Amino acid sequence: MLKCRAVWRKLAPLARSASTQCRHNVKTALNNGRRQAFVPATHMSTGPAGGGGSENTLYVVLVGAACLGGGAYAYMTVRGDSKRYEERISELASRSAKEAPESQPPVAPEPEEAAPTSEESAPVAELSGETESASAEEPVTEVPAEPAAPVVEEEAPTEPAVTSLPESAPAPEPVSAPLTLPSHAPYLLIGGGTASFAAARSIRARDPGAKVLIVTDEPNLPYMRPPLSKELWFSDDPSVTETLRFKQWNGKERSIYFQPSSFYVKPEELTSAENGGVAVLTGKKVIQMDVRGNKVKLDDDTEISYDKCLIGTGGVPRNLQVIEKAGDEVMNRTTLFRKIEDFKSLDNVSRNVKSITIIGGGFLGSELACALGRRSSETGLEVIQMFPEKGNMGKVLPEYLSNWTTEKVKKEGVRIVPEALVKSVAFKEDKLEILLKDGRQVKTDHIVAAVGLEPNVDLAKSAGLEVDSDFGGYRVNAELQARSNIWVAGDAACFYDIRLGRRRVEHHDHAVVSGRLAGENMTGANKPYWHQSMFWSDLGPDVGYEAIGIVDSSLPTVGVFAKATSKDTPKAATEQSGTGIRSESETEATAVTPVASSTPAPVMEHKDEYGKGVIFYLRDKVVVGIILWNVFNRMPIARKIIKDGEEHADLNEVAKLFNIHED
Amino acid sequence: MSYCRQEGKDRIIFVTKEDHESPSNAELVADDPNDPYDEQGLILPNGDINWNCPCLGGMASGPCGSQFKEAFSCFHYSKEEVKGSDCIDHFRNMQECMQKYPDLYPQEEEKETKTQTEVVPDQDSSPPSSVSDSDVLSHSSSPTDSQRAS
Repeated sequence: MLKCRAVWRKLAPLARSASTQCRHNVKTALNNGRRQAFVPATHMSTGPAGGGGSENTLYVVLVGAACLGGGAYAYMTVRGDSKRYEERISELASRSAKEAPESQPPVAPEPEEAAPTSEESAPVAELSGETESASAEEPVTEVPAEPAAPVVEEEAPTEPAVTSLPESAPAPEPVSAPLTLPSHAPYLLIGGGTASFAAARSIRARDPGAKVLIVTDEPNLPYMRPPLSKELWFSDDPSVTETLRFKQWNGKERSIYFQPSSFYVKPEELTSAENGGVAVLTGKKVIQMDVRGNKVKLDDDTEISYDKCLIGTGGVPRNLQVIEKAGDEVMNRTTLFRKIEDFKSLDNVSRNVKSITIIGGGFLGSELACALGRRSSETGLEVIQMFPEKGNMGKVLPEYLSNWTTEKVKKEGVRIVPEALVKSVAFKEDKLEILLKDGRQVKTDHIVAAVGLEPNVDLAKSAGLEVDSDFGGYRVNAELQARSNIWVAGDAACFYDIRLGRRRVEHHDHAVVSGRLAGENMTGANKPYWHQSMFWSDLGPDVGYEAIGIVDSSLPTVGVFAKATSKDTPKAATEQSGTGIRSESETEATAVTPVASSTPAPVMEHKDEYGKGVIFYLRDKVVVGIILWNVFNRMPIARKIIKDGEEHADLNEVAKLFNIHED
Repeated sequence: MSYCRQEGKDRIIFVTKEDHESPSNAELVADDPNDPYDEQGLILPNGDINWNCPCLGGMASGPCGSQFKEAFSCFHYSKEEVKGSDCIDHFRNMQECMQKYPDLYPQEEEKETKTQTEVVPDQDSSPPSSVSDSDVLSHSSSPTDSQRAS
């Protein structure tokens, strides 16, 4: 079309000149013609009577050609498009027709039918005899009244299709189901982490019989991440890297997996599952998303369509540029810690090297430093932790508390190198040499980089989803929705918190809360993010805290402290409340009321001043974040204060609500 | 006696037990029990069961979810003198289902489900402490544990 117009424009002056010429010629002709008797009253400028014969014809030819060309082009385009559309539709139809017989699993063939079916030996796209009972469910294929009537089936080549005799029950049971994945999932969850699992559970609770498909590129079923940097390191079991189970202070044991594999339905069986279920497709990555067509494409080119989709892709650990540029020798000796395999490899490394350096002073870095530091006392391992801030958790805790925490971490056996900016890393003489910008040098065998998380927004481009430039991650509204039928939860979601504003949170409880909320909204709840998630950290047996809201050390803080007694430690808290890990004390089923001690706690003199207390983080005089420092089971009160969003004149009065002197 | 210190933008207050003995005069906004946004307890304001309550653990969402829902609903709405006595069949179905998945539903669940009568229906007054869902298998989901002291 545009070509036409361009051509036309080029021709226009020529046409104009031709037409004026023609008109001119006509005028002269007319004038001439007056001298003649019979002259027609009007002439078309392009009429043959016009004098400018050659220009006229040229004009006619050019215009005609342009029109013809344009028309032909338009016609061809439309034809081509509709042809492509038809092809696509028929392809989809044929594919769904192929799927239909699969989803109707064949019933056990009667023994006598083994005979006619034995002739089918070729494995691919085989036809096998079916019993009458199967016929009722085969809408696409012919009614196999006669046992010999073939039914179109796709079978996996390895499967001994004919001889397989599953349960002889007449009801259709999934018989040695072929390895074909569902082509449609009513609820598709991309990512197999905490947020996806929480959403799956929420969907199943609210939509009876829901069929939920989780697609993850990891080889594992959904698991919880916090123990990977805490409890698993404190386990006495030498096979912990295999079992991934751990005993806590009070002896209770559990696995990091949310549910064992028997909880889940196999993906192949999902479509036919009578009461629905949750299926996990491991080792497959979603690489493209077609939002208009409501479908995704996996890395093996299969496509899965959905009704509702959740993106729970989490993130990937960041690395330091200097390490990436340092070459393979350095990269091979660097761990970016996030997954189960990272835990296994770091555990192995920690038993075989003499020195490990952790770069990063935040939650993960400090927890790993303490965990490895604990191990150092047994094995003589040197554990170094370096970070740009002055103290551990420098971006979270106010300076005085950060300094205090750093001292505690040192007591765990960690050598702290604060205010460290890494300039370069090199592999020399069998050691890694880390050179800092201020000239200091650290020699070590292995590096763990805990310098933040890059949210995974790979699908944003193909899906046309917005990515937030301030916080990273997919931008979603207060109900966690990115677009119709697409929600995002967990680390990858930059959402609008009605109370605290737009944010992105990378904590476990947030993944649970947002996953649940997304699941609720996927089943029609339309609720905004309202229930504030919390987080916690333990740094050895003496320092533990729970926090909620925006906890940023750049905000003004007010801390209210009491002297700690021996009862105020994470260990004591778990022993008393009878819960395994503190994460459980906030969960279902084990909600425990704060137990006030009947005898007055013996006051032990600590030279540390900040034994236990409450720290309020303020923004415009409103409390937006609270840390409960060695004070446990008080989170509901903290949550309430944040939810109220009130200006309190005297925060000491607010602190009284927490009863920090009691247990 | 409490004393106060300022370190830059951060204020630090040290308090003794006596300082905190007097009741707080901080004002908290009254909670609306029917707030639809808030996390609900086991029983919704309209009397229905909140299947998504964290207190139920994975019971309503697992492989035996539908059997559990039937049994528990029957129990909840039962008007018999011995509450739930008309629901024996449902409970039996549920038990049979659960026995097929012993690692999901450890066998001591049987004892706990029988004591369903202890479930307190009026849960909505106190908001649950949190929704962290780190699923504990051995505890998973006994409805009896949803009791909360208000």
